[in-house]
Amino acid sequence: MKLESKELIEGIKRLSKGKSVNLMEVCGTHTVAIARSGIREILPENVRLISGPGCPVCVTPQEYIDKAIYLSRQKDIIITTFGDLIRVPGTDSSLERERSLGADIRVVYSPAQSIDIAKQNTEKKVVFLAVGFETTIPTITGTLEMALRENIRNLHILCAHKVVPPALEVLAKSPDLNIDGFILPGHVSTIIGIKPYEFLARDHKKACVISGFAPTQILETILLLLNQIHTKQFSVLNQYTGTVDYDGNKRAMSSIKKFLEPVDSVWRGIGTIPSSGLRLRDEFSSFDIEVVVSIPLMKSKEPAGCRCGDVLKGKIYPSDCPLFGRVCTYENPVGACMVSSEGSCAAYYRFANRKNSQ
Amino acid sequence: MCLGIPMKVVEINDNKALCEQGGTSVEAYLDMLEDVRVGDYILIHAGFAIKKLSEEDASETIRLLNEIMATENL
Repeated sequence: MKLESKELIEGIKRLSKGKSVNLMEVCGTHTVAIARSGIREILPENVRLISGPGCPVCVTPQEYIDKAIYLSRQKDIIITTFGDLIRVPGTDSSLERERSLGADIRVVYSPAQSIDIAKQNTEKKVVFLAVGFETTIPTITGTLEMALRENIRNLHILCAHKVVPPALEVLAKSPDLNIDGFILPGHVSTIIGIKPYEFLARDHKKACVISGFAPTQILETILLLLNQIHTKQFSVLNQYTGTVDYDGNKRAMSSIKKFLEPVDSVWRGIGTIPSSGLRLRDEFSSFDIEVVVSIPLMKSKEPAGCRCGDVLKGKIYPSDCPLFGRVCTYENPVGACMVSSEGSCAAYYRFANRKNSQ
Repeated sequence: MCLGIPMKVVEINDNKALCEQGGTSVEAYLDMLEDVRVGDYILIHAGFAIKKLSEEDASETIRLLNEIMATENL
C-alpha cells in the first residue's frame, strides 16, 4: 500500500470517529473499482459504502429487454448493441439465445458502427439498443447526426436513455437509505458538468464529490465527503479536475437537446422517476423503432426470487439476495445486476473475499 | 459502461481522429469537441472523443488506469 493511501485512510478514520456515515457510490465503474481494490474492507465499520443504480444495463427494465428480443426475431431487422446487454435474461429468452437461434445481433463498441452496417444492409432496418447515461447519450445522438448528414434512413434506435440527477433526488429523499453523501460519477459529469447536482447539497444537505476511478482518488473523495459531513458545509466538490469542469461538454449537451426531450422513465427496482429518461423529439421520430414498427404489449416478468431491485436501491447488499452465489453466478446470471460487468452483484461476486493484503 | 480512455491524437481526417496509447490505436469521432489538433490528448468513450485533456491529466489518468489494472489490492 502506498503511503498516500495510508494517510487518506488515517484521515478517514479520524473524521468519521463516533459517527455512522452512509455514502453511496452512484456509478457502476466506481462500484467495480471499489470491489476490485477492496476499499470497502479497509474502511472503518462505521463508514458504509452503498452501491447505487449507476449501471445502465441493470436499471433497464425487463420490458425493454423483451422488446429487443421481439425485434431481434424479425427477419428484416439487424440489432446492434453494446456487449453487456446481450446476456441479460428477458422474460423467456435473451439476445444471446436469439443470436444462437439465428437472429442477426451484432455487438459494437460504438453506436457509430451502426452507420456502416446500415449502409451495407439497405434492405434491412438496423436498430441500435440505445441504453446508457449522459456519458453515452451524446455518442448516440452524434451517430444520429451522422445518419442525418448521410441521409441514412434505415437506422433506428430502441430508446431507453436515462439521466442521473433525477434518480439521485429519489435516493436522497429515501428515508430507508439515510444517505449522508454521494460519490458522484466521473464521466457522466464530464458531459453534464457540476451544476445539475447542486440541488443535492443545497436542498437536501447531502455531501457531494465528483470522483475519479483510481483507488487513491476514491479514498480522497471519501475524505472530502467526510469533511463536508463533519463541518456541515455541503457543496459539490470536484475531485476529478481536468476531466470534469463546471459547465460540462456544451457541444455534447446541445446534441442531446437537439434530438431528445425529457420523459418519465421506469428504472428497474426503483419504479417510474419523473423526467429521468430521454425520448426522441417528434421531428426525429423516424429514428424511433417503436414508431416505425408496432411492437406488441410485452407481458414482462422479473426472474422469481431475484432482488436486483433492492440491490439497485441500495436497500440490501448483493450477498443478502437468496439467489446470490447459489443460483445466480457470474457464469450463469439470473438478474441484470449479475450480468453486467458493472453490476453490483457481478462486482461483489467477482471480487469476493478480496482482503486487504497488508 | 461509462469508462473513458485517454489517448493521443496522431492523425485527423475530417471528423475522425486516429489515436494511440500504449501501442494500441483506435479511431474516434471528434463531433463532440471543438478545435482538436494532432498531438492533443482526448478522452474517448464509445468511439467518440468527449473531453480534451492536458498532457499532464492524460498521463495521470493513464497511470491510474494502469494502477487499477495492475493492483487488485490497495
